[in-house]
Amino acid sequence: MDSHAIATHPEHAHAGHDHPPFLRHHFESVEQQREATSFGMWLFLLTEFMFFGGMFVAYLVYRTWYYPAFVAGSHQLSVLLGSINTVILICSSLTMSLAVYAAQKGRKAALVRWLSITLLLGLVFLGIKASEYREKWEQHHVPGLNFSVSDFVHVNPAYPGQPALPLDMAEKTQVYFSLYFAMTGMHALHMIIGICVLAGLIFRARAGAYTSGHTNTVENFGLYWHFIDIVWNFLFPLLYLISRHQ
Amino acid sequence: MSSTIVSLPDQTTATLPKHTYLNNEYGLKSWLLTRDHKRIGILYLITITFFFFIGGAMAGLVRLELLTPQTDLLAADTYNKVFTMHGIIMIFLFLVPSVPGTLGNFLVPIMVGAKDLAFPKINLLSWYLNTIGGIMVLAALISGGVDTGWTFTTPLSTHYVNTHVITAGLAIFVTGFSSIFTGINIIVTVHRMRAPGMTWFRLPLFIWSNYAASILMVLGTPVLAIALVLVVLERTIGIGVFDPTKGGDPLLFQHLFWFYSHPAVYIMILPGMGVISEVISTFSRKRVFGYTAVAFSSVAIAVFGFLVWEHHMFIMGVSSYSALIFSLLTMLVAVPSAIKIFNWAATLYKGSITFETPMLYAFGFMGLFTIGGLTGVFLGSLGMDVHLTETYFIVAHFHFVMVGGMLMAFLAGIHFWWPKITGRMYPENLSKLAALVTFIGFILTFFPQFILGYLGMPRRYAAYPPEFQVLNVLSTAGATVLGVGYLLPMLYLTWSLKYGKIAGPNPWQATGLEWQIQSPPVVENFLETPVVDYEAYDYEWLANKTRNEVHTVG
Amino acid sequence: MHTFISPVLWQFLVKWLTHFAIFPPEASGIAPYTDALYFYLVAISIFGFVLVVLLVTVFSVLYRKERSPEATQIEGSTLLEATWTIIPLALFMVTFVWGALLYFRIFNPPTNAMNIYVVGKQWMWKAEHPGGQHEINALHIPVGRPVQLTMISQDVFHSFSIPAFRVKREVIPGRYTTVWFEATQPGEYHLFCTQYCGTLHSQMIGTITAMSQQDYEAWTAGSTSGMSLAQNGERLFASLGCNSCHSGDAAARGPNLAQVYGAKLPLSGGGYAMVDDAFLRDSILNPTMHQTAGYAPIMPTYQGQISEEGLIDIVEYIKSLHSNFRIQQTLNTSQVQNAVQEGISGAGHSGEAAAHPASAAQPKVVSQ
Repeated sequence: MDSHAIATHPEHAHAGHDHPPFLRHHFESVEQQREATSFGMWLFLLTEFMFFGGMFVAYLVYRTWYYPAFVAGSHQLSVLLGSINTVILICSSLTMSLAVYAAQKGRKAALVRWLSITLLLGLVFLGIKASEYREKWEQHHVPGLNFSVSDFVHVNPAYPGQPALPLDMAEKTQVYFSLYFAMTGMHALHMIIGICVLAGLIFRARAGAYTSGHTNTVENFGLYWHFIDIVWNFLFPLLYLISRHQ
Repeated sequence: MSSTIVSLPDQTTATLPKHTYLNNEYGLKSWLLTRDHKRIGILYLITITFFFFIGGAMAGLVRLELLTPQTDLLAADTYNKVFTMHGIIMIFLFLVPSVPGTLGNFLVPIMVGAKDLAFPKINLLSWYLNTIGGIMVLAALISGGVDTGWTFTTPLSTHYVNTHVITAGLAIFVTGFSSIFTGINIIVTVHRMRAPGMTWFRLPLFIWSNYAASILMVLGTPVLAIALVLVVLERTIGIGVFDPTKGGDPLLFQHLFWFYSHPAVYIMILPGMGVISEVISTFSRKRVFGYTAVAFSSVAIAVFGFLVWEHHMFIMGVSSYSALIFSLLTMLVAVPSAIKIFNWAATLYKGSITFETPMLYAFGFMGLFTIGGLTGVFLGSLGMDVHLTETYFIVAHFHFVMVGGMLMAFLAGIHFWWPKITGRMYPENLSKLAALVTFIGFILTFFPQFILGYLGMPRRYAAYPPEFQVLNVLSTAGATVLGVGYLLPMLYLTWSLKYGKIAGPNPWQATGLEWQIQSPPVVENFLETPVVDYEAYDYEWLANKTRNEVHTVG
Repeated sequence: MHTFISPVLWQFLVKWLTHFAIFPPEASGIAPYTDALYFYLVAISIFGFVLVVLLVTVFSVLYRKERSPEATQIEGSTLLEATWTIIPLALFMVTFVWGALLYFRIFNPPTNAMNIYVVGKQWMWKAEHPGGQHEINALHIPVGRPVQLTMISQDVFHSFSIPAFRVKREVIPGRYTTVWFEATQPGEYHLFCTQYCGTLHSQMIGTITAMSQQDYEAWTAGSTSGMSLAQNGERLFASLGCNSCHSGDAAARGPNLAQVYGAKLPLSGGGYAMVDDAFLRDSILNPTMHQTAGYAPIMPTYQGQISEEGLIDIVEYIKSLHSNFRIQQTLNTSQVQNAVQEGISGAGHSGEAAAHPASAAQPKVVSQ
């Protein structure tokens, strides 16, 4: 049948369709919708990868140039807090996975519980990050706003074996801290966005939105959350663990 | 029987279909909250036309100032703000969203046989982001302007100008997300939403080129975004990533910036090439010569496009050996463009050619893009680049590609699909005149700039040595003609919305899926999922189909 | 005759006839090479353009609908497509090789080039001749002698362009870039800043005056300010206390600088560095990154204490050091002068920096 003949009868029976309520009109099947949304999410993560990629390139260049400054800068960070945060994020990835699993199994209470724990862990991460930032501010390590090289031209008491930096290299710690704040700041921004979305998910999950066969949203958010976790897993060694063995 | 002659149904009896996406709902709200890709395409058309004329006004001011060697019309800093705004508006608010945002939005789902793009809400969001970005640019303009040039070169942009760099930078950041979302939408739609039987090699070439451009948008734009974020942070709180006094390297900014901004050139031109493929095939009634080669050349341009950014930096003290590699890759990226041009020319061979307005624009595209592309080879050649870069030669080169190429393609596409979008024809004679005026105006405006460039006139100069005046006067005169050429379509296309002849579903007898449905289409595009059992540009299939149809319309 | 047309148009036509040019003057050794490549590129462009226009026109005439009511469907032709892939590719490869050869010719200076320093800043060019002549927005050079410019920017990116010589190079903050040329025709040529650098970008222009060797010498003699760059550098070297470590003694705390320029210096981190202008400048500002093997990393940074002109003076001085005799001489003098400050290096520098006799106090010679 030719199609403009079809086109003259646009009132096709919507009511007659028996598709699940979560299937959007422009998709042919649930399967297509699932594939399309998860493919879209992966593409989005690819753009995120390129977004952070720019900063990783900058990091690579300056770390090669100003290695001693990066060591000294890194030694000003607390490995303990960094490690705790790493563990927290990895745990939150686990709870996120459990949430996805709960959604797939259709367990509403478990889904809400795991999502809430994920949200909580995310908040704890941000809290620790904020206290680290505050400490940096107090120590005058924030480039541009209140930076002082005084911590770097003297021997760091925590690392007595490490010689103090000459003034010209000490000034390059600003580059380290610029990257530190840019990278962890962008990461934290992604965390905040993630937590906001998570709150929305919990709200809708309580109404039973994701436990009736439609798990795409939770799965895709899971991908995003894991991505943030992975970024942190690169940031932590790159920023906190430079030459710690000395 | 394998004839491709199509007997047209009687057009005089044609009426507009009763139900279309245009009259499905009424009121401003139904437009601003729509998720229909066709309506979003029209929203884009309205915003980019608006920004095009603002950017065009800026261009007019630039050309008027350059009529005389002195800075008499505009003061130097005003001039700098005007050309900066011209660049930012034209690139980020017109060229990048032009074909993907309007025609791509409208056509990609229909061409692949889908009811909508994969993510309609995100599609609407990207229009909003684009508009918000545009408003921010206008805010920067109204509150005093920006004078960094669209390239935001550090440390000029971070430490040495006192204008609204932050507003403009954030505006571009926001519009960047708009194009990322458009790119994701198009890629997912092409991958996952094709109708049964619509294999990759049955896709129209318009889809291939939009797909290639979308890859560039998705992978390139975030790098620009982060570079701009760092510029904004450096300006506001003074972090030191690009600041040489703090140990940062301003060349790193150049690398990050051009890593996006060179592929951006292909983001702008590739969709235009897709339009040209459709137009040339339709009006010569022939399958595009070497379909596969044209399809793959789009992808090749996208891939190589990422590997040539350093050719913007040949004189910036980069290593000579890396310059060698980037020059070589630049030469390679020119080849797929050459393939396309020759394949289009070969498509005409043994065709049955008619010369409707879109075809005239397509011919204009081929001529001007050939010059634009070949002069790009001048600039990719290391030794030649030293003399030509940063002069009017480069200005002429990219205007040949962007304005002579892309804008011609855009106008070709708008005219070609106008009957599909609105259901009405544009006035044919007037539009042919507009195409001719545009072509003449264009040559007159930009050809003298090649000569100016070889003479050494630097770009972005508010004042210049008097011996360059003759060529500048020619260029300004051409710009006036060009302005008329662009104003005409805007007027008669608006006129045709009410008074144009009714087009019918397939006025050009083209083969794409979009021409097999009514014009304007219904909200859901297809009432039944189409099943595709023919190759792209199969005019024999179309002739057969038409023969078997009832010869009435509507 | 001009009674028939408007005077404005007449004036315009006269201007056209007197000023119309398609090529800038060919005034350097490089220019003919660049122009040759340009002609080749113009030729292939015309060839390509004419070919495309011809194909489109001929096909449009032959296969217009009236003559060819029905199209013949053709799938493609691998042979044809290979042809128009390989021929452009070959032409572009020729362009690439030719362009690359030219690039290396443009940017590799001959060893006997005389060196002039250029400092760019918003919005002026400042040239410093080895003899201490300073010029602003002007550059005098001899004809028939290779001239190398060592350039640096004090603020933003600039670009030093002389169209008549077909050379151009970005002038970047924080690092030296070089360009060289050999003028062949005496005359005055345009100097442009071609990288957009802010409000008065279009005013950052100047004149290159190429003059015969004799005229150049006369100009040099007439514009001297008494002190050469190296002499300025020597004073700066002493007043900053450089001589106390770089004394050339066997027991000195800093490396011997005599004849160090052009040498291959072993670095403490392993590897070698070629000592050139950039290395010397960087060693003064970022000594930590350029530590010579066998010396303790005690050299302080002079970042923020010396202007770019001062750095040029010191670099020029170190380049001219063929023995340590002069250092010893200055050391004796400065030891007397700075008896109090000796040894207190940190406190000493800032005080002396303000007093250093670098170009700030130098009378500028602006020709014409």
